Amino acid sequence: MASGQQRKEREQAAIDAVLAEHKGAHRDSLIPILQHMQERVGYLSVAAVRSIAHHLHLPASKVYGVATFYNQFRFMPKGKYHVQVCRGTACHVKGSLATLDAVRQELGVEPGETSKNGAYSIEVVACMGACGLAPLVCVNGTFYADMTPKKVRALLEEQRERQAAHEAR
Amino acid sequence: MAIIYIDGKPLETQDGQNLLEACIELGLNVPYFCWHPALGSVGACRQCAVKQYRDENDKQGRLVMSCMTLVTDGMRISVDESESKDFRANIIDWMMTNHPHDCPVCDEGGECHLQDMTLMTGHNYRTYRFKKKTYVNQNLGPFINHEMNRCIQCYRCVRYYKDYAGGHDLDAFASHNHVYFGRHEDGVLESEFSGNLVEVCPTGVFTDKTLKEHFTRRWDYTTAPSVCVHCALGCNITPGERYGKLRRIRNRYNRSVNGYFLCDRGRYGYEFVNSDKRPKAPLKRQMIDGKPVHVPMTRDEALSEIGKFFSNGSKAIGIGSPRASLEANFALRALVGAENFYLGLSKADGKLLSAVLEIVLSGPARQPSLGELKDHDAVLILGEDMTNVAPIAALNIRQSVNNQPRANAKAMGIPEWNDLPVRRAMDTDRGPLFIASVAPTRLDDVATQTFHATPDGIASLGFAIANFIDPQSPAANVSGEVRALAQQIATALQSAQKPLVVSGPSCRSEAVIQAAANIAWALCRKAKPAGIYFAAPESNSVGLGLFGGANIENAAEALRKGGADTLVVLENDLYRRVPAALVDELLSLAKHVLVVDHQYSATAQKAEYVLPGATFAEGDGTLVNNIGRAQRMMQVFNPEGEITESWRWLRRLRAASGKGREDEWISFDSFLHALVAEIPAFSHILDAAPTAAFRVGGLKIPRQSHRYSGRTAMKANVAVSETGVTADPDSPMSFSMEGFSMMTPAALMSSFWTPGWNSAQSITRFQEEVNGPLEGGDPGVRLIEPQPDSAVPYFDAVETNESHDAAWTALPLYHIYGSEELSASSPAVAELSPKPYAMLHSDDARARGLLDGDAVTVKIDGQEISTSLKTNDTMARGVVCLPAGLEDAPYIEFPAAAEILRSVTS
Repeated sequence: MASGQQRKEREQAAIDAVLAEHKGAHRDSLIPILQHMQERVGYLSVAAVRSIAHHLHLPASKVYGVATFYNQFRFMPKGKYHVQVCRGTACHVKGSLATLDAVRQELGVEPGETSKNGAYSIEVVACMGACGLAPLVCVNGTFYADMTPKKVRALLEEQRERQAAHEAR
Repeated sequence: MAIIYIDGKPLETQDGQNLLEACIELGLNVPYFCWHPALGSVGACRQCAVKQYRDENDKQGRLVMSCMTLVTDGMRISVDESESKDFRANIIDWMMTNHPHDCPVCDEGGECHLQDMTLMTGHNYRTYRFKKKTYVNQNLGPFINHEMNRCIQCYRCVRYYKDYAGGHDLDAFASHNHVYFGRHEDGVLESEFSGNLVEVCPTGVFTDKTLKEHFTRRWDYTTAPSVCVHCALGCNITPGERYGKLRRIRNRYNRSVNGYFLCDRGRYGYEFVNSDKRPKAPLKRQMIDGKPVHVPMTRDEALSEIGKFFSNGSKAIGIGSPRASLEANFALRALVGAENFYLGLSKADGKLLSAVLEIVLSGPARQPSLGELKDHDAVLILGEDMTNVAPIAALNIRQSVNNQPRANAKAMGIPEWNDLPVRRAMDTDRGPLFIASVAPTRLDDVATQTFHATPDGIASLGFAIANFIDPQSPAANVSGEVRALAQQIATALQSAQKPLVVSGPSCRSEAVIQAAANIAWALCRKAKPAGIYFAAPESNSVGLGLFGGANIENAAEALRKGGADTLVVLENDLYRRVPAALVDELLSLAKHVLVVDHQYSATAQKAEYVLPGATFAEGDGTLVNNIGRAQRMMQVFNPEGEITESWRWLRRLRAASGKGREDEWISFDSFLHALVAEIPAFSHILDAAPTAAFRVGGLKIPRQSHRYSGRTAMKANVAVSETGVTADPDSPMSFSMEGFSMMTPAALMSSFWTPGWNSAQSITRFQEEVNGPLEGGDPGVRLIEPQPDSAVPYFDAVETNESHDAAWTALPLYHIYGSEELSASSPAVAELSPKPYAMLHSDDARARGLLDGDAVTVKIDGQEISTSLKTNDTMARGVVCLPAGLEDAPYIEFPAAAEILRSVTS
């Protein structure tokens, strides 16, 4: 496994690579750069915020201020299992709030955060374009339809068992 | 003048105001959060809603935000109408959904604008039943405590910190109900003016961290009007005391001086007053076990023993001080005689100070007050780092760059108070500000152009500018590039309405000061109302300069010649002013050395006798600020032990020696009259504050609030019956709650309080108009006025010597934290003092094979200073900058020839 130091260096290299593609950019490119960074690095680390600030000659607090304003940016890396809970209109009507609460309780993580062991992260999304399957939960790209709190608990339990079995092997 | 109808009553208001300002001036209680008199309106909090009606027939009306509504003649509004009242109560209700209601443990409690506004709107019961949101707080350094849970999202902190003070590291984060005000990560707030967040924040998010060590509620302080002693600007302050300890410093509004704000050195430098190291009784040096030790003695012993040294026939030499009051310096002069009184300045310091005084006393250019700096629309700073030497002046100059773009916004019809549209109209435009300095300064970010050069180079630029404005002013020999810059600056200054030239002694160059004078005078001859503004090093430098007299080197000469047995040093650490060898010689030449000081300085430690003087908080006195404004500081509390004002010790000695009568100059007023009779230049200082006989309704003015608690209990360990109140014969104020605290003259305002207004926002109730002077006029008197018809000749330009020989020129860099003697001993300020360094231009360093961070030795006058190297890409070439006045650093007489060697590491 890569050490923390190596991981940091790899991450910094990825950050620098993104910024290299935005040579000579001005402050009005801040949001595209933030999006690009998240796409490539997976999240906005403290190092990424500092590097972008340096690149655009802006105070770091300004960059962080813009990034935190929008829900689309995350400041922690995604978990191994990335759980997306839909809170769109159709899912809301069909009771997705209860589903979301169940996911939060089950995983002990808030939306936008990642569990300490790096296994799970939750994201609240507005609509995934499958309203017929509402309420919808998506884990690493796989859709799970008609999710009630009970069903989602079972799903996550199963997921956890699979993970444990995988680790035991 | 506009007549508006508020709840049916016709009332007079000023044109161009907003409705909130008008209501405040009329004394109405309209609640608000996001509005601040210095920051204008943004209409963010919705708290100041009132009902506006179309005409007298309109019964329905509509809600408007009073801070966003322009006053127009014949306007009809209602403050008391029920819908608007309910609306305001609702707003508070919503704002408080996440507020922790932790007033009993909150430092703001008792002086909280949120508490005041909650009561004012009548929102008494919490209706929100759900969980409150909580936040993680940040460590913002030694000055400011952060408690985000209390935030009501008014945005005042970032508007002050970023828009007004020019800070970069405090911002608003996230959105919706997650909004967070802080830094992007933990760390010390970078702004030198961060302490004002304590007073700007309407609740307890940002509170005074040093106060936490000895917390006291607002109503339990003993306070008196005072003046900051940590630089020459003379900002007005209100120190607060309880249990014999100075607890905190708060701003005291004075439109002509500091307005609403203080710098962090002034706010947090106070703890030297509480130092354990201070002498508290007269001390005498005795040999115990072969070592010299200071042993306390009684006042009578001290007076009879020391008094003899001043009896007729014996000669004593007195060294005054630029950090002691006029009264203390005068008392010393009276004790030793005018011919034996020396200013406590080195020859070089004295020369720079008299150069400034000569210019302002004889020239046609007026010195604006500190507050008026904001009104200038083109500024040239010649050789001074204002942020580190005269911080609030730098804050005000930062505002001045907005004047030209603001005028554009006004021309577009946007009212001045409407902050967001004004800022949008201003965009990134800035008025002209030119900074010529040795190294980069903290104002460079708003400067039109900066110019970094040696003091000679800066002076030459100055002379060239003056020559462009008035060809009769002597020309300087400068390169084409500098000439072009000079022309650009000259044009900008000439096309401005109110140009200003700022300079000071930090370059250690008389030529720089004279070049600044030439520019201002040239503008005056071209009929421009140009201002000239000089920074000065210490709280009473200019006052001392007005006394006139010789310097420390002259005192040494006089001692060498013999004839004087006694040396008296007043509130002065000579080791900070002249080389140590000279001080040692001075101290050994005199048979008796007496130091009167409130600090146990290096000089005091070597004295035969030490008399315990009072600090600014423990005595009355007058200070003259950098532009010659005399201001009175009132005693805040009675110090312990034998501590008393230096002037009083010196008066007692004079009486004990037989030179003066025992009953002479007993009271402060009689002493002040003696001072004025002797030195007419100071005649106006009598007007700085009312005499001790002044009364309101036959009563004194209390130093304590009517809610002061525990006055019997706090002395119960001494006696259970209440001890009498100490009389104060020196001022019209009492050391107790008794007295009359209304209709107080501004010079005697010990705190600003009015029913329902317990916070710092109460100030608007004491101003003649919003942002105007205090009722009855701002305290303080100007001693120096310009000579408009003066025909003083221009100064001759210097010959610049730009050749780079082997030696470096060592110059000082001043630091807001660390370069000033008194504040440097306060722990919070000491924490932010820089580590010693030597700074070179990167190319200069590279040429010698040196890199940033290298250990180097700087050789000056045979002294070797080991330090670490810092490099800078833009500072002057051929110069090495060293931090000035750091504790434990050896004294260096700047400018000095220096050698730089790489330290040999073993």
